[in-house]
Amino acid sequence: MNLESHGWQAIQVNGLRVTFGDFVAIPNLSFVASYGEIHAVIGPNGAGKTTLLDVVTGKTRPRAGTVLLDGRIDLCRLTEPQIALAGVGRKFQKPSVFEALSVHENLELALRLRPRSILSELRGWADPRRAARVAEVLAEIGLADRADDPAGVLAHGQKQWLEIGMLLMQRPKLLMLDEPVAGMTDAETAHTADLVRRLRAPDRAILAIEHDMAFVEEIADRVTVLHEGAPIFEGQMTDARADARVRDVYLGRH
Amino acid sequence: MAVNGLFRVVAVALAALTLALPVLGGPFASTGFGISPYLANIIGQIATFALLAMALDLIWGFAGVLSLGHGLFFAMGGYLIAMHMLKAGYVQQGIVPDLMTFMGWTDLPSFWAFFESFPYALALILLLPGLVAFAYGWMSFRSRVSGVYFAIITQALTYVAMLLMFRNDTGFGGNNGMTGFSRLLGMPIGETSTAVWLATASTAATLAAFLLCGRLVASPFGRMLVAVRDDEARLRFLGYDPVWPKLAVWTLSGVLAAVAGALYVPQVGIINPRLLSPEVSIEIAVWVALGGRGTLSGAVIGAVVISALKFWLTGFAPDLWPFILSILVLVVVVGLPNGLTDLRLPCLTAMRRLRREP
Repeated sequence: MNLESHGWQAIQVNGLRVTFGDFVAIPNLSFVASYGEIHAVIGPNGAGKTTLLDVVTGKTRPRAGTVLLDGRIDLCRLTEPQIALAGVGRKFQKPSVFEALSVHENLELALRLRPRSILSELRGWADPRRAARVAEVLAEIGLADRADDPAGVLAHGQKQWLEIGMLLMQRPKLLMLDEPVAGMTDAETAHTADLVRRLRAPDRAILAIEHDMAFVEEIADRVTVLHEGAPIFEGQMTDARADARVRDVYLGRH
Repeated sequence: MAVNGLFRVVAVALAALTLALPVLGGPFASTGFGISPYLANIIGQIATFALLAMALDLIWGFAGVLSLGHGLFFAMGGYLIAMHMLKAGYVQQGIVPDLMTFMGWTDLPSFWAFFESFPYALALILLLPGLVAFAYGWMSFRSRVSGVYFAIITQALTYVAMLLMFRNDTGFGGNNGMTGFSRLLGMPIGETSTAVWLATASTAATLAAFLLCGRLVASPFGRMLVAVRDDEARLRFLGYDPVWPKLAVWTLSGVLAAVAGALYVPQVGIINPRLLSPEVSIEIAVWVALGGRGTLSGAVIGAVVISALKFWLTGFAPDLWPFILSILVLVVVVGLPNGLTDLRLPCLTAMRRLRREP
């Protein structure tokens, strides 16, 4: 990846259909997220936002459609670990960190190591580049002074930042954030917005699902509004606020 | 994580016991501070329980996978060593095993071939339980069977094995099991020196496994096991396949349990299918829960405390034992979620306070 990748399509979703038994979560969705952009997906509960992330990360298999990374890797054919290694990082809605391990160990564990065999795990982590990378990410997420604390004792917001840090260790091409500021204080939300904005890079696409409209307005370059599994608007957040349908199904309720 | 004060205390205690047993149980056995063969035998048995508890702690305490069927691997090790002792006695000394007499057989079934060889039996003790653990673990972990479902299936599997072993025509001695062992590695079973050496071998094996497991859980691999326990999905979405670390440690756990069983059976002189009953496997989990999961030391302490208590109590009040065990379980569930290790901090604080106010 280089600077020229800016604006290229990181992820292309074509004709996606997801069903759970008789329930159709996503009838027919096409969607694109581009490099260099922060793309927010908003919409009422049940609009299919989290289902979309589940499909991209391999947790849910679609009935039809394709999900292409860089226009060539079909993620629907890969397992969850393979998708992660292909460059897709996902932050879960509830903080998912390894609570018994220290902040430092959480980040080390997230660092890519090829081949990932049990033997290479046994051999240890004594690589100076690894330590440098951990220090870099610790500074980025603002947890340098908590490096040796167990992740379980961190505050809610700090756990969310640690999880984002774990994804950064992997240098993902596509970073997906599922409601990153849910349950955060105003100060934590502001810090998170700042962090996410700094993560924008020419060779990275960021996809965020969020209900906090002020946060979305602050970070998003582009907004897609989903309703019943279908996009009803795509463009700037300011235009979304003006759109009659969006106001009707989603924003009007706020 | 594993190398803390308690870990060192347990390691030193095991090492001291291993060195002291041949001396105090041998030339000094009849002196005031000697170890009688009866006591040596009990120490040896308890050491194998500690090894068994450690095996369960490795998979339950660190990787978060509860097995209620570790009696299966323990019994496999026990049956294999029993087969070796009976076959060796039959071939070398002409002692006809009871199971042949009962069944009216003129020879042992074909799968008893080569069992007179100790290296062959030892290889099977390490390989067969490992293979069974691997096959079962591979099927379960790959299909993402976990938690209580996994525990129930391990229990069911062990129960099936018990029903199978209760059959008299399988060639494993049926409900009578196997007994009447004469020698192990040339040492006559039941003699004082043999009891002491078996006990020493048991504490030595437990110490070796303790140090090995301690190294393992302190390594990056150990951290990965803890990550599997804390959040398997997160690990998967970081690009790891948790099936392999789980499978590796599950297989190792099965092998360690089998080694414990192979050391246990020569010391009690009998094996029968009751070792495969659900109560035995649940009691192993109780040792670990009471001692404290995820520390290795806790598993050893739990196994030692509960089995020592059981040996002592069954001497005069065997009927009370199930009640006492149940009360201990309740105390842990209600008051000490991390087992006896929960008592460490209050104890240390109390000791410090005592030191300050002499």
